[in-house]
Amino acid sequence: MAPKDGGEASSKLVLYSYWQSSCSWRVRFALNLKGLSYEYKAVNLAKGEQFTPEFEKLNPLHFVPVLVDGDVVVSDSYAILMYLEEKYPQRTLLPADPQQKALNLQVASIISSSIQPLLMLSILKYLEEKVGLEERLLFVQTNIEKGFLALEKLLKDFVGKYATGEEVYMADVFMAPQIAVATERFKIDMSKFPTLSRIYESQRALPEFLAASPERQPDAVH
Amino acid sequence: MAHEEKKLKLYSYWRSSCSCRIRIALNLKGLEYQYIPVNLLKGEQFSPEFQKLNPIGYVPVLVDGDIVISDSFAIFMYLEEKYPQHPLLPSDLQKKALNFQAANIVCSSIQPLQNLAKYIEEKASPDEKIPWAKRHIEKGFEALEKLLKDHAGIYATGDEVFMADLFLAPQVHAGIKRFNVDMAKFPLLSRLNEAYSELPHFQNAMPENQPDSPSAWGTC
Repeated sequence: MAPKDGGEASSKLVLYSYWQSSCSWRVRFALNLKGLSYEYKAVNLAKGEQFTPEFEKLNPLHFVPVLVDGDVVVSDSYAILMYLEEKYPQRTLLPADPQQKALNLQVASIISSSIQPLLMLSILKYLEEKVGLEERLLFVQTNIEKGFLALEKLLKDFVGKYATGEEVYMADVFMAPQIAVATERFKIDMSKFPTLSRIYESQRALPEFLAASPERQPDAVH
Repeated sequence: MAHEEKKLKLYSYWRSSCSCRIRIALNLKGLEYQYIPVNLLKGEQFSPEFQKLNPIGYVPVLVDGDIVISDSFAIFMYLEEKYPQHPLLPSDLQKKALNFQAANIVCSSIQPLQNLAKYIEEKASPDEKIPWAKRHIEKGFEALEKLLKDHAGIYATGDEVFMADLFLAPQVHAGIKRFNVDMAKFPLLSRLNEAYSELPHFQNAMPENQPDSPSAWGTC
């Protein structure tokens, strides 16, 4: 990035991200939807860059993504998305209707609390050590499918072109990267989830989603 | 008056820290509610009735007239918007974000991993169960100490009770009561825990004070 004029605080958004991180993918997707440009700062998780003192100051939990907006530093994708939604209300990601809004937040929570944390490499490595590879694979499959089955049931009365209707909302921002990871990294059979499959087809056609995908990031390794 | 049906219903389990968060919120906002116990140990979350309310089978679930909301984060945001008395989020965006971060450290980095303890007990070994839970709780607590140290006041993010406190209090309580976490390592969280113990709205929401709490904590 070209250096800014001396003395002026940068007004540009900065996103600390790792290409393969599905949590970072959520935020990249949302930034694109809101038409917000940002500076991409890669944190190489494979090389342990999340443990440097500089990064620890930004996020003591050593996770990406982290958003820097002038003086404001926000880590945790859910917190970042709520922040973006309030600070940059264009292309709103939460419907006004309370039931619909709650549904979107619930979908986000199912993914960010009940699915994604169980798939972290550190967890899976530990499991493999303690219970073996086969059980690790079963664990992954069971937990993803449990979450996806719940989403399938939860969304079936609300789904439209996208997760909760005809517009892209927070549920889609969380779902699309998770389904991508589930299918590509963990080979989950989506034929069991026809509603989710259909929604995913719409989500993955979005240019904002594609531009946010891992392979298109500056730190992608091909 | 005695038989007036309460508008709000909360499906809850005494020991569920996620339910505890919402019980605190309802108390703080002065909202009466009907407590409907769901016995997780007996598998009541798998009943067809409950599955209709929440297909992932988790508590808490809030019913407000026609509206049904599951997931403590979603319920919290709903209550905050629908019943704005005693606001539980600061208006400053950085501080608000800090509250969401702290809440999510609990919801995503501690509680779901702690909850795998039973799986670890079954599939790895019973000896691994408590160490597993402790490790993840302590890792999360370390992060919370660092996150909040420059921002905490009387409570987690300043001198008023906000969302972070609602998510922290039940997790700290569980860490102490169920998993023997050594709180001496966490001076800020210890101090906050003391502060919460003085607040009736928090204490009334704690597991041991719920209608479905047994006389003893029993096994994990």
